[in-house]
Amino acid sequence: MVLFRRPGVSPADRLFRATVFTMAVSVLVITGVIAYELVRNSRLPIEKFGWAFLWGTTWDPVAERFGALPFLYGTLVSSALALLIAVPVGLGVAIFLSELAPRWLSDPAAFMVELLAAIPSVIYGLIGIFVLVPWVRNVLEPALSGTLGFLPLFRGAPYGVGMLTAGLVLATMVVPFIVSVSREILMAVPHSQREAILSLGATRWEMVRVAVLPYARSGIMGSVFLALARALGETMAVTMVIGNRPEIRLSLFEPGYTMAAVIANEFTEATSDLYVQTLIEIGLVLFAVTILVNAVARLLIYSVFTKVEVRE
Amino acid sequence: MTRTLSLRRRLTNGFMLSLTGVCTALVLGILFFILGYIAYHGISALDWDFFTKLPKPVGEHGGGMANAIVGTVKLLALASLIGVPIGFFGGVYLSEYGRKNTFGFLIRYAADILNGIPSIVMGIFAYTIVVLPLGHFSTVAGGVALGIMMIPIAVRSTEEFLKLVPASIREAALALGLTEWKVVSFVVIPTALRGIITGIMLDLARVAGETAPLLFTAFSNRFWSRGWLEPTASLPVMIYTYAVAPYDDWHRQAWAAGMVLLMLVLGANLLSRMILHRQLRG
Repeated sequence: MVLFRRPGVSPADRLFRATVFTMAVSVLVITGVIAYELVRNSRLPIEKFGWAFLWGTTWDPVAERFGALPFLYGTLVSSALALLIAVPVGLGVAIFLSELAPRWLSDPAAFMVELLAAIPSVIYGLIGIFVLVPWVRNVLEPALSGTLGFLPLFRGAPYGVGMLTAGLVLATMVVPFIVSVSREILMAVPHSQREAILSLGATRWEMVRVAVLPYARSGIMGSVFLALARALGETMAVTMVIGNRPEIRLSLFEPGYTMAAVIANEFTEATSDLYVQTLIEIGLVLFAVTILVNAVARLLIYSVFTKVEVRE
Repeated sequence: MTRTLSLRRRLTNGFMLSLTGVCTALVLGILFFILGYIAYHGISALDWDFFTKLPKPVGEHGGGMANAIVGTVKLLALASLIGVPIGFFGGVYLSEYGRKNTFGFLIRYAADILNGIPSIVMGIFAYTIVVLPLGHFSTVAGGVALGIMMIPIAVRSTEEFLKLVPASIREAALALGLTEWKVVSFVVIPTALRGIITGIMLDLARVAGETAPLLFTAFSNRFWSRGWLEPTASLPVMIYTYAVAPYDDWHRQAWAAGMVLLMLVLGANLLSRMILHRQLRG
């Protein structure tokens, strides 16, 4: 809809349009400049290490030998762990709020879940250090190694800090994204879908499983990707509980490191240009990955809402 | 035969549905636990000195975070200076001129990308465009990082609230012979103003808690930051520094700072919900 298309636009109108247009363009320009600056300021390591940077496993600032694989691994594993926990739980909450809870409960509860997303990352870190880490060390890890210790994932000394704790903190932080997007998408599923299957004699759960979830599948996938993008880029809370050791270990009890965490920890301590630029290159990789994941998320979510618009 | 089948179906139904209830209780339980825990430790740690005194050197008991509170306020003021005009006018563009055209789509897409960029990467960006040219950490650099982070949410929320203004109001104003910019400035924007301000308030609350983009832009400061070109302390960075340090008294103050920050953020969220609720009803 073009709201204003009239002959004879006054000079004041033109000035107003120009101002508004410039500000809007600057959003586009800033996004471009961010990408440009990241590339420009990671020239040194890009020239020196090339693509091998991505699969190098040594991280030795003293000898200036840098490989990003331990950080890529840490970021991916902690985020995957977070999704493994957050997706079923978040989906459960979304189903409860959209299909079962009465309106007077659903709206305030959804608001409260969203509050969880408003809590600053550093506060999750604070709770993580002083509450979650001791609990994981004293309760969760001994219990896991006692029952599932035959798996290499759950072996080793219970440190408390490590991949497992980071995954738990991240899961809490991304649950609200899954809940709020999935809930809206479930609520956008047409009522005719539900009524049709209920009239065939399905139970409430069968209705959810057969008629509601498949219809909303791509949108739910979108919310998962949105949550993934958050988890990949999350910095402070992870830095505070993951242990910050640039090694690749199979056990989830062992400390790890993520891309965001290494930037946060080592940036101000980086002494040489190469070291600083290597950290900026890690930022560039993180930037590229999150943009990709976000783009997929947007496309998936967008597809659901257009589908609903068309069919209704 | 049908009887047992229907029993199994009934059991599955009951089990799965109560599982979704358990999930909800779990997530809300975590929220209340976090709020309660912060309140419990924060209240006992909070005293008047926290708001009025500077941090004490390591080993000395007491002190406060007055400089960090002022620092956070200064950073937010700077951030608004960048984020609010770009976000606000960008939103006006999207709603009034860019609803269905390619350019509007591009801006909207750029805003979404900007919103998805990890905060630590924003810190790197502010470092490369402010800290490197100046040669040192500064309040300005931190403000730039937070300001850019404000843009996407400000753009999208302004756009959404302006879109709620019915076309009939615009048409009525145009029919009275008002020029385009007067219609937008004196009719459309005032109608949506409450929503727009709420959106910006939430945006501010969100960046107020950001730590990562400040670590190597605004850095930190044990003393008052004089002017805008010196590094400054801020509440989130202080919480981080104090939480990872090995001193009990610092931990105590981290809880106090955490509670102040949390009250700020949650207060803004509750307030905005009350304002919007009233607007939607009235």
